[in-house]
Amino acid sequence: MKKLINHPANVVKEELEGIALAYPDLVKVHFEPNFIYRADAPIPGKVVVISGGGSGHEPMHGGFVGGGMLDAACPGEVFTSPTPDQMLEAAKMVHGGAGVLYIVKNYTGDVMNFEMAADMARAEGIRVLNILIDDDVAVKDSLYTAGRRGTGTTVLAEKICGAAAERGYDLKRVADLCRRVNINGRSMGMALTPCTVPMAGKPTFELAEDEMEVGIGIHGEPGRERMKLKTADEITEMMALAIIEDPPYRRTVREWDEEKADWVEIELEDPPFQPGDPVLAFVNSMGGTPDIELPIVYRKLHEICTKKGLRIVRNLIGRYITSLEMQGVSITLLRMDDELIDLWDAPVKTPGLRWGM
Amino acid sequence: MAITTKEVLICLHRMAEVLEANREYLTSLDAAIGDADHGINMDRGFKAVLAKLPSVEDKDAGTILKTVGVALVSTVGGAGGPLYGTAFMQAGMAVAGKYELEPQDVLAALDAALKGVVMRGKANLGDKTMVDAITPAVNAMRSALENGADLAEALEHAVAAAEQGMKDTIPMLARKGRASYLGERSIGHQDPGATSSYLIIKVMADVARELKAESKN
Repeated sequence: MKKLINHPANVVKEELEGIALAYPDLVKVHFEPNFIYRADAPIPGKVVVISGGGSGHEPMHGGFVGGGMLDAACPGEVFTSPTPDQMLEAAKMVHGGAGVLYIVKNYTGDVMNFEMAADMARAEGIRVLNILIDDDVAVKDSLYTAGRRGTGTTVLAEKICGAAAERGYDLKRVADLCRRVNINGRSMGMALTPCTVPMAGKPTFELAEDEMEVGIGIHGEPGRERMKLKTADEITEMMALAIIEDPPYRRTVREWDEEKADWVEIELEDPPFQPGDPVLAFVNSMGGTPDIELPIVYRKLHEICTKKGLRIVRNLIGRYITSLEMQGVSITLLRMDDELIDLWDAPVKTPGLRWGM
Repeated sequence: MAITTKEVLICLHRMAEVLEANREYLTSLDAAIGDADHGINMDRGFKAVLAKLPSVEDKDAGTILKTVGVALVSTVGGAGGPLYGTAFMQAGMAVAGKYELEPQDVLAALDAALKGVVMRGKANLGDKTMVDAITPAVNAMRSALENGADLAEALEHAVAAAEQGMKDTIPMLARKGRASYLGERSIGHQDPGATSSYLIIKVMADVARELKAESKN
């Protein structure tokens, strides 16, 4: 393992120390428990949007804290969910009296930790709703697995919900919006190389020189299928078609019902893409794939979307949700509408995403 | 034969040692079907437990176990944090206020731990999780006590059942947690959570057996 670190156990702590020094106008960092939060928090009367997850996906989530996006982010150890005390203390630090939305990627650990945190925050009188992101079409079956994983759509949901909160949407509207983004977003990822968790010191899986892993998540876990390496066009086509032709996806998720004051199971269904749909196309590097290769993927994605009648109305291309140094790419398509486009275009000022201000 | 909070504390220290010694082993099991952090997380969590124990070592078993649970929830992360944290918190509630634990109390604590894991993780028997090691352990301990076994004997049955349950996860198809994404590829690998559960139950059996041997001398 070759990494630019001092000690595997100090990676997250030293990363946070650097972030605090680098972006003092945008964010502050709280240690023990660890979270990054907006420098201008709390903003009275504004809904706050908080996310979190294992580290190693930078710039997500900490890089998306700032004006027009997240109010706080809770980084866990590398690829390990953060803990409820982080999420609770972050909520207490930034909430402005109008409630908290936890955006949670659908991984067993993240879901359980955020549910415990929401229960603890409510016990302290803070209004909290949790919305899951589960957009990874590589997971077909929700009955015999933990369900689809939260991947690229998370970045888009954080941007759009952060903009909505900034505009003054109330908590229920921000949560409904987040759920709407989730069911309209679909993603798929692939890896050319594995990655190495610093504390583990060894790659999380093995791939031969001529092999790739298709349908990976974002935690260095192996995917659904291993196959011989193909060209960028072939890989892009395989992933794009898996997304565009994905049938309706139904599953049950747990959300907090404020009227019943209890967790309830609700049914969600993702409507499939239809010709004529306006979409945001998001081409994301898993960390190690250089910028030169991403437009090659986007070029083919654009061709396939056009052929399928999808209108790309916005795009995002770059390194936004990563798996350490893994080489690979993920594609996300999000069905847009006028409100989503308007919120996407709204100003954002974070270390990882910045426009309009 | 009852155990006191002194033995509870010995168990917890021993669990920390065992999890440290098995850090690489648990992590390598997790690398095969998960995300290669289980051993690292459990080791970090129990080191945090050790740091907290001095503040509660004169308290009742319930307070000690609840403190362990809170420490695990706030340091382990992943799925293991809420699951083991809830397990120890529920076990603590089952023996709240007690300074001496009769065999039935130990069973009640283990049973409460299992129920906590099931409540939090919603896993069923056969899903290739911790539940597959702890459920047979609780059942074996209960029937051993009903048949007149003492604590050490009952825990020997429990650990044997947990070990079998752990090995039985090898041919299982994972239906919960990150391993479930592998589908058929999860078959043939032993579940890391079931393995750490077995190791923890084994510590309890080892301490009870040593205590029994000491009391005979």
